[in-house]
Amino acid sequence: MITAALVCVAVLLALAPVAIALAAQMRGSAIIYSASLLACLALLVIALFALLDPAHPILSTTLPVGLPWLGAHFRIDALAAFFLAIVNFGGAAASLFALGYGRHESAPGRVLPFYPAYLAAMNLVVLADDAFTFLVAWEFMSLTSWALVVSHHRESENIRAGFVYLLMASFGTLALLLAFGMLAGSGGHYDFATIRAAHPAAVLSTTVLLLALIGAGSKAGLVPLHAWLPLAHPAAPSHVSGLMSGVMTKVAIYGFVRIVFDLLGPPEWWWSMVVLAIAAPSATLGVLYALMQRDIKRVLAYSTIENIGIIFVGLGLALAFKAQAMDWIAALAFTAALFHVLNHATFKSLLFFGAGCVLNATGERDMEKLGGLIHRMPQTAFAVLIGCVAISALPPFNGFVSEWLTFQAILLSPELPSWGLKLIIPAVGGLLALAAALAAACFVKLFGIVFLGRARNAVASTAREADGFSRATLLGLAALCLVAGIFPGLFIDALAPVAKAMVGNSMPHQAGLQWLTIVPIAKSRSSYNGLLLFAFVLLSGSIAALAIHRLASDRFRRAPFWDCGLPDASPAIQYTASGFSQPIRRVFGTTIFAAREIGEMPPPGSPAPARLVVDMHDLIWDALYAPIAKATGFVTERINVLQFLTIRRYLTLVFVTLIVLLVVLTI
Amino acid sequence: MSMIRDLMSQGGDMLLVLTLAPLLTGFVRKIKARLLRRQGPPLLQPYRDLLRLMRKDVVLAENASWLFRAIPYIIFASTWVAASLVPTFGTGLLFSWSADLIVITALLGSARFFLALGGLDVGTAFGGIGSSREVMIASLAEPAMLIMVFAVAMIAGSTQLSTIAEFMGSSAVGLPVSLGLALVALIIVAIAENGRIPVDNPGTHLELTMVHEAMVLEYSGRHLALIDLSSQLKLVLYISMIASIFMPWGTAAPQAAVHSLALGAAAYVVKLAVCGVALAVFETAIAKMRVFRIPQFLGAALMLALLATLLRFVSGSL
Repeated sequence: MITAALVCVAVLLALAPVAIALAAQMRGSAIIYSASLLACLALLVIALFALLDPAHPILSTTLPVGLPWLGAHFRIDALAAFFLAIVNFGGAAASLFALGYGRHESAPGRVLPFYPAYLAAMNLVVLADDAFTFLVAWEFMSLTSWALVVSHHRESENIRAGFVYLLMASFGTLALLLAFGMLAGSGGHYDFATIRAAHPAAVLSTTVLLLALIGAGSKAGLVPLHAWLPLAHPAAPSHVSGLMSGVMTKVAIYGFVRIVFDLLGPPEWWWSMVVLAIAAPSATLGVLYALMQRDIKRVLAYSTIENIGIIFVGLGLALAFKAQAMDWIAALAFTAALFHVLNHATFKSLLFFGAGCVLNATGERDMEKLGGLIHRMPQTAFAVLIGCVAISALPPFNGFVSEWLTFQAILLSPELPSWGLKLIIPAVGGLLALAAALAAACFVKLFGIVFLGRARNAVASTAREADGFSRATLLGLAALCLVAGIFPGLFIDALAPVAKAMVGNSMPHQAGLQWLTIVPIAKSRSSYNGLLLFAFVLLSGSIAALAIHRLASDRFRRAPFWDCGLPDASPAIQYTASGFSQPIRRVFGTTIFAAREIGEMPPPGSPAPARLVVDMHDLIWDALYAPIAKATGFVTERINVLQFLTIRRYLTLVFVTLIVLLVVLTI
Repeated sequence: MSMIRDLMSQGGDMLLVLTLAPLLTGFVRKIKARLLRRQGPPLLQPYRDLLRLMRKDVVLAENASWLFRAIPYIIFASTWVAASLVPTFGTGLLFSWSADLIVITALLGSARFFLALGGLDVGTAFGGIGSSREVMIASLAEPAMLIMVFAVAMIAGSTQLSTIAEFMGSSAVGLPVSLGLALVALIIVAIAENGRIPVDNPGTHLELTMVHEAMVLEYSGRHLALIDLSSQLKLVLYISMIASIFMPWGTAAPQAAVHSLALGAAAYVVKLAVCGVALAVFETAIAKMRVFRIPQFLGAALMLALLATLLRFVSGSL
């Protein structure tokens, strides 16, 4: 089976040169995307077989490529199978979407060759079973996605996004390189099996943890290493944005789990403190940033940071409980994190694809120029609405279940003996609750401003519904949001082997429970039944509608809107995206963004308009990135002198360097 | 047999909250009016309003979408389901295991999500102002509520509201400090969530301070009736929640005999009346806040709830 998986990956890789040849043709994109779709579906089937096979066989193979004494090791265990399924589920959805969306691509020659290569790279990261293959695949993934980010390189913003992304990706890979170097030791045992068997010393493993957190965290978008993410994800074409946000961040999470839970041996208790202290603020800050944006794709990119934060909170809790050998609670937290991985891949892909449909129909990403699209694009609007409800963690959809499970794990944390954790976890819970509530506000804004109300410009009022492939993808993903929300037990059971392998225990079997309820620990403690809840809401809503229409009145007439007796036909009277989040900006923004509102009134008698200027800063950028950029600029300018020397001086320089080196050697 | 009785108990609970909700609102209005030395509308006025609204035609804005018409039903259904999952006269609710306190909070969150969308649908200035302020208030009230739930759940060892209510009724609970803090937090959240003074004024119209009323400005006829009924249900829900957690006296146990169910029902009506009077007195005694004072008010709830949770983490007895 692993051979079949590798063949599929090879097919994806082979599609890249084919795409170069086909890019100029009319049917080129259809061929490439349908071939990618088939390869992803095949890989998805393989992954699901590996994950759901009750025997859980671990498949591995070694190919004679790469380092001569090492070869390239590949392996599918439960963890790899789960993430393989996520990658190819996202890949298949993106390919299906792109069958319709890709037709509108203005420069297919710059997207098509990299797209299958990017999919192949993500698959290889998950399949790799030695450090060398892992890092090569990781870097390949970074480079192919970079090429996709700068595919529309005529826009200056995209060039900057690509530059920042390339820097941060290289930095992240460097951190991972060092981490694996430390794990491999001086003997250079790069295959994961040897690394797993050797238990590194405490200092070493702590350094590896931090490096893994930096390397994988920067790719996943944890604050403060997130700076590239909201620039790069929106810059790519929308189906690639969906892949980057929905899938590549998950590959990064895979890297973290693989290193910390699998390779590093038993955790120290305070590792979880580090993870939680980064994860929980990431969740809250990510969504606060998202609320301040008016570019629809940038809102989604920042919201990815929030969801990655939620996933890492789950992983941090799992680490804490694993360190105390409370493996049944660790299994709960770990399952919650993995379930959120699946959920986020589903709804974030859906939302990015929806944003792509809007972009195609209107050519506009600025929310303040859209509006009223529910009338023009009803099916897209419906699917995006489901995605918005799901990502806001509202029942009965899937986002709620994983957050509910995370909350249940938090509620069990008083059993942890260490005081540091006892003090930090209530704050983590608070930040998570805040993030959930702010996410709802953020997605009311996104849906309300873009799809509801009245069109704010001409393109929005003449937009056309998306094509069949796009709509099918959107509605399929929306259906999955509901299915995962009302049958969570099935998904939790499927995750059991992964939890078993990583934290040594799994959540109780859920499938046999009455009416598909999920019971994480004990029935007296907590239980949730999405199916019943959904049925109740549906039933009571229908009864109310039926009763009122039958017994009271079912007539309606249309009239101009009322607006408290002050109707104004101009769409400019509507709330804008910035106006909508102004109260939240006033509550949170003054400290977090140093936001100030400056009202500029013209002098009395002057007919000039008054202006309101909002001044906001990204404090993390100012505090962390700007000084580094400034220092780098300063140093390079000083060194720049060396570029314009005469040959004599160059020779002197070489001579002096040689002397210095010899002196150093002798000492 | 016991299944039938449980079903009847659950069904009775659903009908009870639905029929009591307008009465409670009428009762609070009456008390408020009497406190101001006014006669006030009759107790049954809310029922009459609802019936009249339901019989009227709906006047829809020309550009209202299908979502605008579906939203009242979504709001009503989720609020009603949430309200029927809160124990009223007895803790033996048949379906209480399908949703715990976190789920009930989130169900109300769903209702609010759609209500805020309803405010934005027609694209008016007032709808926008209402939605924008509502999500600001919710972004503070919801976390406060959730953290309060954490504290209570840690005291009772369960997030299941029926189990919590039973535990609070037993003598094992004692008098922990965190419970007191949680109560204050819950009351503040309840005031904010129900749009009562000092956060919002349920009786106001045509004011730039209004929140809830601004969102529903474009609704009419049966749609408005459903939204009104939902907010009345929400008031009952919060009072029942406060009663079942913090005033567990008299509540019938599961599988209780008929007379103790009757006793539970009587106790429940008394609790509703007491909380209604307290709400009316509080609302009469206090002035409405400016919109940007509300975050401080809710921030207090957030901090109290967090403190209660922290105390539970630090010590099992506080």
